[in-house]
Amino acid sequence: MLHFLKKPMEVPQPSRRTFLKLSAGTAGGLMLAVNLPRTVEAAADAGGDFVQPFVHIRPDNTVAVISKHIEMGQGTASGLSTLVADELDAAWEQVTIEFAPSDPKVYANAAFGMQGTGGSTAMASSFMQYRQAGAAAKAMIVAAAAKEWDVPASEISVSKGVVSHASGKSATLGELAGLAASEAVPEEPKLKTPDQWVYIGKSFPRVDVKNKTVGAPNSFTIDFQTDGLLVATVARSPRFGGKLKSFDAAEAKKVPGVVDVLQIPNGVAVLARSTWPAIKARDLLEIEWDDSEAETRSSGEMVADLKEMTGKPGVKVREDGDAEAALAASARVIEADYDFPFLAHGAMEPLDIAMKFDGDMAEFWFGSQIQTIDHNVAAAVLGIDPDKVKINTLLAGGSFGRRAQANAHPVAEIASLALAMRDAGLEPAPVKILWTREDDMTGGYYRPMSAHRIRVGLDADNNVTAFSYNIAAKSIMKGTAFEAFMMTGGVDHTMTEGVHDTTYAFPMINMDQSFQETKVPVLWWRSVGHTHTAYVMETMIDRLAKEAGKEPLAYRLELIKDDPRKVGVLKLAAEKAGWDTPPAEGRFRGIAAHQSFGSYVAEVAEISFRDDGTVKVEKVTAAVDCGTPINPDNIRAQVEGGIGFGLGAVLRNQVTLADGVVEETNFDTYVPLRMSDMPEVEVHIVPSNEAPTGIGEPGVPPIGPAVANAIAAAKGEWVTSLPMTKAGVV
Amino acid sequence: MSVTLTINGEARTLEADPDSPLLWALRDELNMTGTKFGCGIASCGACTVHLDGMPIRSCQTMVGDVEGTNITTIEGIDGKAASAVQAAWNELDVPQCGYCQSGQIMAATALLTDTPKPSDEDIDAAMDGNVCRCATYARIRKAIHLAADKMEA
Repeated sequence: MLHFLKKPMEVPQPSRRTFLKLSAGTAGGLMLAVNLPRTVEAAADAGGDFVQPFVHIRPDNTVAVISKHIEMGQGTASGLSTLVADELDAAWEQVTIEFAPSDPKVYANAAFGMQGTGGSTAMASSFMQYRQAGAAAKAMIVAAAAKEWDVPASEISVSKGVVSHASGKSATLGELAGLAASEAVPEEPKLKTPDQWVYIGKSFPRVDVKNKTVGAPNSFTIDFQTDGLLVATVARSPRFGGKLKSFDAAEAKKVPGVVDVLQIPNGVAVLARSTWPAIKARDLLEIEWDDSEAETRSSGEMVADLKEMTGKPGVKVREDGDAEAALAASARVIEADYDFPFLAHGAMEPLDIAMKFDGDMAEFWFGSQIQTIDHNVAAAVLGIDPDKVKINTLLAGGSFGRRAQANAHPVAEIASLALAMRDAGLEPAPVKILWTREDDMTGGYYRPMSAHRIRVGLDADNNVTAFSYNIAAKSIMKGTAFEAFMMTGGVDHTMTEGVHDTTYAFPMINMDQSFQETKVPVLWWRSVGHTHTAYVMETMIDRLAKEAGKEPLAYRLELIKDDPRKVGVLKLAAEKAGWDTPPAEGRFRGIAAHQSFGSYVAEVAEISFRDDGTVKVEKVTAAVDCGTPINPDNIRAQVEGGIGFGLGAVLRNQVTLADGVVEETNFDTYVPLRMSDMPEVEVHIVPSNEAPTGIGEPGVPPIGPAVANAIAAAKGEWVTSLPMTKAGVV
Repeated sequence: MSVTLTINGEARTLEADPDSPLLWALRDELNMTGTKFGCGIASCGACTVHLDGMPIRSCQTMVGDVEGTNITTIEGIDGKAASAVQAAWNELDVPQCGYCQSGQIMAATALLTDTPKPSDEDIDAAMDGNVCRCATYARIRKAIHLAADKMEA
């Protein structure tokens, strides 16, 4: 996912002041003129509403929390609800979630200056803002009650959505919403102290769980329906960088339900009245592609290319000293080569997007993850003013990074289809583009394949003298809209995160990176660079421990004395996993710990071997320190899921190319982790008063190396070429 | 052509090619979108519905083949097992993104209807065809055991 560093774009930040200003002024209960979702406008018309950018209290006594972040499974919608409900003292049952319109002036992510979700930043960057919103709303409710009842505000209390006074007077939040709307917004809304929290730090049910167990309508983009909606599939080049040469749509147009077949910049779109004809007719297209500028290599050649690059100097990421001299002076040098494959995100809801363009206004409905980029790309492609673009963010059926693109390619594609429809003389109609699973799987934007070459110098006592690390991969940032403000000194830090900033106390760390050129588009994949760097670091640490004749946990603890939070999760995971006692006969354990997105996670994997010699991961014991735990049960859920997501990938997932064409096209060949593969998982949370940090991604990185270390405990060797199926252990 | 299907106990007539998948008839023609498209090749279980009580993949089941059968979708399930499953799913906060959960619930309900007290092996066998990319599997397993307890109570 997005890993925005410390250089946000120069876009106005949604400071507390901004929200106060936007909240100021009132008429008929509607407090501000932000572009609220339609449901909000409709309710506001009824009067008696309390509307702020982040919270809206309705006369029917619902408290709608306006989420500026997409909900794609990570639980942020519930997390933001927790913050508002706590400071407002709402009852949990009255809280609902709605998604904010696209407006970076109000809804920018404070971590990166535009509206968007990623880098596990949502809760960390919204922790104060949403609490302030809840606290301000509560102060205004109380002020309104004080006037209405003619009692001092200090004597009024709010609990579980009920506002009351010792005189016996009481009212619901909804009953006071309209009056509260005319109250002055407090300059400094008073926040609760942690001991006063009623929801933060406790586990409350997700706000979206009920709908997700009944197949509720209008949940996801794929469910979006409106009068006259057309469904489109797009035939895109089978090779990355290929271009359309010619096509024949005669047979496709004969399929009942097909409306038209149109050329668009990146392929051929089949427009139909419903989904099945659009899928069926596309198969009947006869297309010739021009592959003269396409990637035509196979994966093996690309890996060889990467490995060659790691043998040469690249861009310096970190240079503590003359590593070559230190290596030459070492008693011996340990060398290791690793390679990692392309990985697809494979979210259960494939990519999809709906829009309507009437020639003037454009409205979109989809799981928009970086609304600001999506918005601007829509305006640019359509050639209209950004004010004429409206984005409705819907629930997403997973993302794992896939819905956050620097080029907003799904938006650009559907906008170009809308223009093609206009140019073809079709009546303006709402249209939805559905990617089939094959489209989604073969469509690129993968976790980059990478090669890593590590050379570690050891002195006569097996102490590390130098740590040299060369990595080669296609850069996620280079050549994208993010390059200008996210790459410094020509370095893409998302490629080396987890190593260049390691807290292992090696005397000298040198790190080079080299960029592979390929037309295969790459993207962040849940935990980004940590998906490979953690694997390399944590297996190398075990290997170095073995060289030094030390126990792996003790060796780590020696090296990270100055990183108390990492020490904390390591010790907790080890204790809960019974690390000090030997595993049962036939069981083997491995440990790994990694810090990512501000959070620390240690995992102990316990494995066995099936009769056929393949690995079964029996149990994973995790310890996590993500600062103040906002919702412990969601933290556990995210770590459980992160372990499963990461495990499936290291065990058997890879996207390979044969002469430039993707070989894995669906879940039969890119086989996801399934129920029988899922280990028992225990998650332990370190109590903390530190600022909250990310949890969507940090559970992923340690699982691969923990399993690899367990395999090495049994076999004496580490798997260094992923997925593990290639080593025959899976 | 016109096809009549029995969906959730109701006769529904729709215009559809008999060789078109039940999944798209449900979603596009009948606007019952709880049943999800995941892979189109019966490899993920997101489109699971019940045919005369049996869990089937609606993406690989053609409309013309199910005339005269009883189709049940997530919108229409009820009964002891379904209620227990949905209650357990809520109690344990199983869903994350939630996209696969209609299919998971249909598969789990069929399992518990058939095997009210499933073992872990029964769960593996019955649920292995239902993919969850959020990997909520550990909770699904717990929820199935919890639902079994609820049915017994």
